[in-house]
Amino acid sequence: MAKTIREINEKIKKGKAVVLTAEEMIDYVGKKGGKEASERVDVVTTGTFGPMCSSGMYLNIGHSKPKIKIGGGSCTLNDVPAYCGFAAVDIYLGCTQVSADDPKNSIHPGKFAYGGGHVIEDFVAGKDIRLKAISYGTDCYPRKRLETLINIKDVNEAVLFNPRNAYQNYNVAVNLSDKTIYTYMGVLKPGAANASYCSAGQLSPLLNDPYYRTMGIGTRIFLGGGVGYIVWHGTQHSPGVERGENGVPLSPAGSVAVMGDIKQMSAKWLRGTSMLGYGATLTVGIGMPIPILDEEMANFTAVKDEDIFAPIVDYGDAYPNAKPGNLGFVSYGRLKSGEIEVNGKKTPTASLSSYSKAREIAGILKEWIEKGEFLLGEATSPIPGPDSGIKFRPLTERPLE
Amino acid sequence: MKVSKNIVLKFSKDIVDRPIVCRLASQYNLEFNIVKAYITPREEGLLILRLEGESADFEKGLEYLEKSGVLIQPVSKDVVRNEELCTHCGVCVALCPAGALAVDEKTRKINFFGDKCNACGFCVTVCPMKAMEAKF
Repeated sequence: MAKTIREINEKIKKGKAVVLTAEEMIDYVGKKGGKEASERVDVVTTGTFGPMCSSGMYLNIGHSKPKIKIGGGSCTLNDVPAYCGFAAVDIYLGCTQVSADDPKNSIHPGKFAYGGGHVIEDFVAGKDIRLKAISYGTDCYPRKRLETLINIKDVNEAVLFNPRNAYQNYNVAVNLSDKTIYTYMGVLKPGAANASYCSAGQLSPLLNDPYYRTMGIGTRIFLGGGVGYIVWHGTQHSPGVERGENGVPLSPAGSVAVMGDIKQMSAKWLRGTSMLGYGATLTVGIGMPIPILDEEMANFTAVKDEDIFAPIVDYGDAYPNAKPGNLGFVSYGRLKSGEIEVNGKKTPTASLSSYSKAREIAGILKEWIEKGEFLLGEATSPIPGPDSGIKFRPLTERPLE
Repeated sequence: MKVSKNIVLKFSKDIVDRPIVCRLASQYNLEFNIVKAYITPREEGLLILRLEGESADFEKGLEYLEKSGVLIQPVSKDVVRNEELCTHCGVCVALCPAGALAVDEKTRKINFFGDKCNACGFCVTVCPMKAMEAKF
C-alpha cells in the first residue's frame, strides 16, 4: 500500500514514525526486502557535508540614522565585498568572494585564507562583523559613508540562499599533466598520483531519490544545522544525463537551490573553507528526509556505494579545456577503499566531502523526526526530472562586434 | 626489535656547533635520515630525524642526546591537529607522503598518527579548514 506524506506526518506527530538513516536502510532492505521495508519504514534520512561554492547569505541590516542607500553603492563585510544591487540596506554575500587586498593567485598557489564563506561562519558563530559602506547620497538617504559593527542577533533578516547545492554525484578528479595543479577538487599531483572525489555516496540526498520523486519546491530539509527548504532546482541541474539500471546518474546530474533562516543555523555546519590555489568557499551541511511512499522509494533509498558510479576526469587538460569524455567509471565503494586504478596505475583516493559528518547529519535529522520536531514538507512543484528536457549547456561565445 | 621513529631535536645556542648527531651512527649503531634541519636567527638548532635501529641502541642513543643537552620531542608534539576545526573530510589523506593521516574504515574519520609524521608540513598547506598546525 502506497503512503502519502500527509499520512507519514500524522505518524511523526504521534511519535510513531519509523525513521532509518540511508545507511541503516541498506541493511534493512537487504534483510527484509523492498516490499516489507516500504510497509514498515516511513522516512529515510540522508546527509552530506562538502564544499558548495554556490552558497551565500543575504541580510537586511536595518536603517542607520541618518539613512544610507547602500543599494547602488558598495560595501564590505570584514573587508570582503558584498553585493549591493538591491534596495537600500539589503546586501548579499557570496561565499567565494575575497577581499580586494587578498593576493589571490598572484603568489601561486594562493591561500585564500579568508573569504565570504569565512565571514558567514563568523557571522553565524555570533561574532561581530565589520560593515563598511559607501554610497552617493540622495534626498531621502543623505548619508554617504557608514562604518559599524553588525551582529546576527541585531540584523532584521539573515537568510542563507544557495543557488546550487547537494550535487547529485560528482567527478573523480585526477591530473594527467606533468605538473602539480591546484583545483576546486584539491591539490592534484602529476601523473594521476592521487584522485579526489566529493560525494557522500550512499548517504547523499539526491542519490537516494535519483528521479527527485519526493522532493520539490517546499521540501523541508536540514540546512546548516537548522531547518531550510528546497526552493528551486539548482543551477546547472541536468537530470537528463546517462543513468545506471538503478536510475542513479553516472555523472554530475541534479542539484537543488536551498534557503533558510540563518539565525537558527550553526557555525558547526557552515564552515568557511580555503582551497589552496583555487579560492574560498563554504562547506555546507545538508540533510534531506525521504518519505518511503512505496516499494520503489524503499529500493531507491537502499542504494549502496558499490552501485553508485562516478566518472574519472582529467583536470590537467580535459576539464579546463572543456574536452568531453572521461577515463572510465569507478564506484564509491572502490573510492572509499582508498585506492583506484587510473590508466592501469594504482592511485590513492581522498574525499573532499566528510562522510563521518554526513552520517552525523543523517542521524540528527532522524532524531528530529523521531521526536516529532520536524515534519515533512509537501512540495508544491516538483524538481524537473529526466523528461523535462532541462540540460546543462555550455556557453556559445558570440563576438561583440 | 627494530625501532623506527621520527623525532624532533632542539639544540640550544651553546651546543648548536658541536658534533652530536654523527655519534648516533658511530657509537650507537643507529641510522638516521635528516628530514628537516635549520638554525633559527637566535642560533638555536632544529633537526627532524628519522631514527632507526635496535630498540636497546635506540634507548641508549636518546639517552646520549639528552645528556648532551638536546631537547627531544616526538613529531606529534610539533605537528598538531586542531580537533575542533577538522571536519574529517580526508583531503590530506592521499597527499600525506608518510602515511600519517589515514581513514578509519569504521568511523570514516581521519586518524592522525603522530609517530609516522615526517613533519613535511604539506597537510598544513592543503587543509581546507586550516586544522593542521606545525609549530616550527
